[in-house]
Amino acid sequence: MSEKAIRGQWVKIHTIILNPSQRAPSVPEDTSKCPLEMWLNGFLDQDEATIGEECVIKTVIGRSVQGTLTQIEPKYEHSFGKPIQELLEIGPKVREFIEQGDSDER
Amino acid sequence: MRDNSYANVMSRKNEIMKQAVGIDYSKYEIEGIAFDYEKMMAEVGYSLEEVTTIQRETSVGNTPLVELKQINKLIKRISPTGKGARIFLKDEAANPSGSFKDRRAAVSVYEAQKHGYKGVIAATSGNYGAAVASQAAKRGLKCIIVQETFDSQGKGQPEIVEKARACEAYGAEVIQLSVGPELFYYFLILLEQTGFFNASLYTPFGIAGVETLGSELNRQMIEKTGKSPDYVVVTHAGGGNLTGTARGLKKAGATQTKIIAASVDLSGLHMASDRDFNRKSFTTGHTGFGIPFATFPDRSDVPRNAARALRYMDRYLLVTQGETFYVTELLAQLEGMQRGPAGNTSLCAAISLARELDADQTVVVQETEYTGAGKCPSAQLSFAGQNGIIVRTGNPEDNLPGTQIVLPCSPRQIHYTEMDMHKIKTSYVKQAVKNYDKTHFSDTEIAFMAQDLNITEQAVQEMLASIK
Repeated sequence: MSEKAIRGQWVKIHTIILNPSQRAPSVPEDTSKCPLEMWLNGFLDQDEATIGEECVIKTVIGRSVQGTLTQIEPKYEHSFGKPIQELLEIGPKVREFIEQGDSDER
Repeated sequence: MRDNSYANVMSRKNEIMKQAVGIDYSKYEIEGIAFDYEKMMAEVGYSLEEVTTIQRETSVGNTPLVELKQINKLIKRISPTGKGARIFLKDEAANPSGSFKDRRAAVSVYEAQKHGYKGVIAATSGNYGAAVASQAAKRGLKCIIVQETFDSQGKGQPEIVEKARACEAYGAEVIQLSVGPELFYYFLILLEQTGFFNASLYTPFGIAGVETLGSELNRQMIEKTGKSPDYVVVTHAGGGNLTGTARGLKKAGATQTKIIAASVDLSGLHMASDRDFNRKSFTTGHTGFGIPFATFPDRSDVPRNAARALRYMDRYLLVTQGETFYVTELLAQLEGMQRGPAGNTSLCAAISLARELDADQTVVVQETEYTGAGKCPSAQLSFAGQNGIIVRTGNPEDNLPGTQIVLPCSPRQIHYTEMDMHKIKTSYVKQAVKNYDKTHFSDTEIAFMAQDLNITEQAVQEMLASIK
């Protein structure tokens, strides 16, 4: 991944919305120690920007938003997870149960 | 330049909201806690016929009702002779963006377009974002979705990240925030800056949109079984799903149908806690929303919440995360339907309930949702493991939210826990005392609370006396 984004490239920016001292009085203690942060994707709207630099993006609906460049061409990392043994055993066991009943059935 | 400090923006809340939803809520205020709910629903909402027309325009609704034949066979097997009601599932995943939330979004986006708003904004980490984005795409409006997505380590909830992906796929701008209720503060700033419509989940439009779900399922049940369903089980969070479905059933004449709420028990986990955020393996349909919204509906993002679950809720059943993951597997493996997790909370409660009911009775589980990366059980359980949560097979009674997820060994182990309705309704009265900062309520207010709780005025008085 290049460290420098060019105009029009799809990037992610980050900003702090509220510092810990500015947070609502109602938030729990652990949360109140953290800032309220924001992430947003859009097209870089200046000639170039380096990771960590302040920059301006244009979002997909055309809004101009300023923030710190954190990722160039950000991708989704969520997945289907790994095989879960406990889940894999459910299907065969329940089919067997429908056909034969379980051991505690009288 | 406006003063955008937290306190200042919050103080402009009513002004911003009036502009952003186009409803003058002051018209319906009566006194203190009391307001004219039915007048608001009648004047601002739409009739069933109008909603049906609006939803047809964007291909929402008319989803299949499926009898779960294999699961029903299994239920008969684990029920006493003569017991084991038949379960039917309303396959709401067949809506354009994959959930019943399209019904709510369809009416809100229609309303926004009708009044000339250039775009819509919704604050939601759930399917509603995808629904608003999809409906906005269909009607050519711009869309912003604001989500609570990450903890302070920047770790995203996979289920919410998936919903961000879906929203972006429909052309929406997705604003992702870290944990905290101040999301609402930023939401207000956005409404003010853009002049967009607040496609809130809790306006009369959103609730009117769900009424067709109730009326449709009633019609389909009469076609399939010759009568209205005996029970409808609704996954309960903010209360809109339950309120809208129940109202639709009543409008369709299903006055005898019992409305059962079901939530995943996440007691002990704090909803606004940065630490607890990624220890939840369900992002909605859980007690963290279900109880606060039932006992104080007007906590929502509009001055008066049109979702008032305790008006319609006959019983409230809780299930565990492990049981719901198990049932999600049953639905895939026995019925060939990979769905959820949201609707499977009510399916889980329904399986347990059906065992106690007569074999000729019927239960409808009224929603499914699309599934996939981030949302399916293997994704959620892998994530749980990464967050130090123990995942094992055993007795579901050993489930401990945020610590241990126990998948049942056998379908016999699926058991709901019944919430005490009297206790929940007393909590509502306690909340009223707290939020209105008084112990004496006028006769008008008592009458309103009685309606809001579906109990007598005498019962409200007794609850108040027990609190004092």
